[in-house]
Amino acid sequence: MSKIIEGLYYSESHEFVKVEGNVGFVGITDYAQHELGNVVYVDMPEVDDEVSQGEEFGAVESVKAASDLMSPVSGTVVEVNEALEDEPGLINKDAFENWIIKVEISDVAELDNLMNAEAYNAFIGE
Amino acid sequence: MNSVYYGKLIFELSKEGRCGYSLPKNELAQYSISDMPAELMRGEAPALPEVDELTVVRHYTNMSNNNFGVDTGFYPLGSCTMKYNPKINEEMCNHYAFTGLHPLQNESTVQGALEVYYNLQASLSEISGLSEFTLNPFAGAHGELTGLMVMKSYHMSRKDDKRTKVIIPDSAHGTNPASAAVCGFDVVVVKSRPDGTVDVEDLRPLLDDTIAGMMMTNPNTLGIFEHNIAEIAKLVHEAGGLMYYDGANLNPMLGKCRPGDLGFDIMHINLHKTFSTPHGGGGPGSGPVGVRAGLEQFLPNPRVVADEENMRYKIECNDESLGSVSGFLGNFGVIMRAYSYILTLGKENLRMVGPLATLNANYIQESLKDCYELPIEGVCKHEFVFDGLKDKSTEVTTLDVAKRLLDYGFHAPTIYFPLLFHQALMIEPTENESKETLDGFIEVMRTIAKEASETPELVKTAPHNTPVRRLDDTLAALHPVVTYTELVADNQ
Repeated sequence: MSKIIEGLYYSESHEFVKVEGNVGFVGITDYAQHELGNVVYVDMPEVDDEVSQGEEFGAVESVKAASDLMSPVSGTVVEVNEALEDEPGLINKDAFENWIIKVEISDVAELDNLMNAEAYNAFIGE
Repeated sequence: MNSVYYGKLIFELSKEGRCGYSLPKNELAQYSISDMPAELMRGEAPALPEVDELTVVRHYTNMSNNNFGVDTGFYPLGSCTMKYNPKINEEMCNHYAFTGLHPLQNESTVQGALEVYYNLQASLSEISGLSEFTLNPFAGAHGELTGLMVMKSYHMSRKDDKRTKVIIPDSAHGTNPASAAVCGFDVVVVKSRPDGTVDVEDLRPLLDDTIAGMMMTNPNTLGIFEHNIAEIAKLVHEAGGLMYYDGANLNPMLGKCRPGDLGFDIMHINLHKTFSTPHGGGGPGSGPVGVRAGLEQFLPNPRVVADEENMRYKIECNDESLGSVSGFLGNFGVIMRAYSYILTLGKENLRMVGPLATLNANYIQESLKDCYELPIEGVCKHEFVFDGLKDKSTEVTTLDVAKRLLDYGFHAPTIYFPLLFHQALMIEPTENESKETLDGFIEVMRTIAKEASETPELVKTAPHNTPVRRLDDTLAALHPVVTYTELVADNQ
């Protein structure tokens, strides 16, 4: 059973965003890391890069496949999780704890396009 | 074989001063090595292993015994068409009349080799329904890039420089978007319908005057024939784009259906798949590219053409060409093997390749669909995809099933591709296999499904009978050790 955390927002492409004020912590869900298998590389943007909701901002590579990362929110990257450069497997240890980028969200209204925990649970249960 | 004693690397067998050869008398003894310009000299001798002949022979013979190939056993690798490579092909390309040729020889002295090129180009044209072929590209993806360069040259020749996008289905081989990106195109993905074929309604809005063309595999990577292909080709052509056919799945079409007749303008053929030349381990391949009439001037230089007036073959370049994609004229050895294969089978037998490959795949699919999940029902072509074991409660994955197959002496199928399913297991038996071999494979697959329910640990810890057990592919990806020097450094 995949872990899902209440209070986060989820996308159909299996990214989550945890919102604190106007900042969002973006990563991939526990379900996504489970499906991908062991992550061996995370391709991340740079600080100050702009990201848009539904647009690619990087990629995650596992022993099975390489998948694009789609940003669940629009805004500016204020921090990337550098720990993932040396230890991409952290995502497999705890996908929610090990977010990939921190984004200053430009349009909070866009969060309405995402799913809550309950909806995401139903989505992956399909 | 005792792998404990003989399983060493050739570098570990090295003893200083030992050697397995004697060089002929040095005829340049009057020259001193110090006469060589310093910039052409290396600082120290290369770190080559020093071993005697018997040690070398044992080492490589033992290692080759650990290898698995089509000559050793059944190799149902989806999307790769690992068919048997008849030995007559080897005999033909190893003929002394070919082995000593040099690409810079005068045309008049290589007329026989040029005839092989010319005739193979003509055969591929007839088989595919396209007008002209180049045999220059060295591999499938190289062919894709060459074909896309033809597409680009065509649009540029009409001064139509807005066409920067190539449409590719979400089920495509990964090389398609990669080749498009290398060629400078942006990739637009078109979705599949639940039955695994391209969604024409999803395609329609993508078509405008920025589309250079569309790349398709037919049958697609799920082994399903794209039955809307005529409509898709019509729509893409109406938008001014060209249709590109990825020839990786040409095998089931042989003798039944020609890409040129389906509306494709450009295609590549993997000679090393469909036309039975050896591959695996990265080469050598050959990816000829064919085009419909009206595009031949863009094919890469040089080309082999017939000079009918003088009754000879010649090597020609033209200015409209996209340029050169290879030194000389591709992989001659592979081209010779493919030509030998086509002539050996002849038109009548070549027609049987597609139907037999399709029959074999359907036989396995139908025989196993009660214990493996078949996500898309119906008749497949030369290959099909299971989405893992039917019984999901065991937590035995597709990877485990693939590893367990090795214990039974079968090569594993392609796994985790295509990406449309989570536990994809893609099986392509090819036309060569006997019913007995197929039945043997089916029985083993059923046994594994049973083991997965009754003794899951046995499957999860497989393989048990192979020279090496389950490898740590995560560590290998994160920290690859590919040279002896790295290995030594690692162990210190």
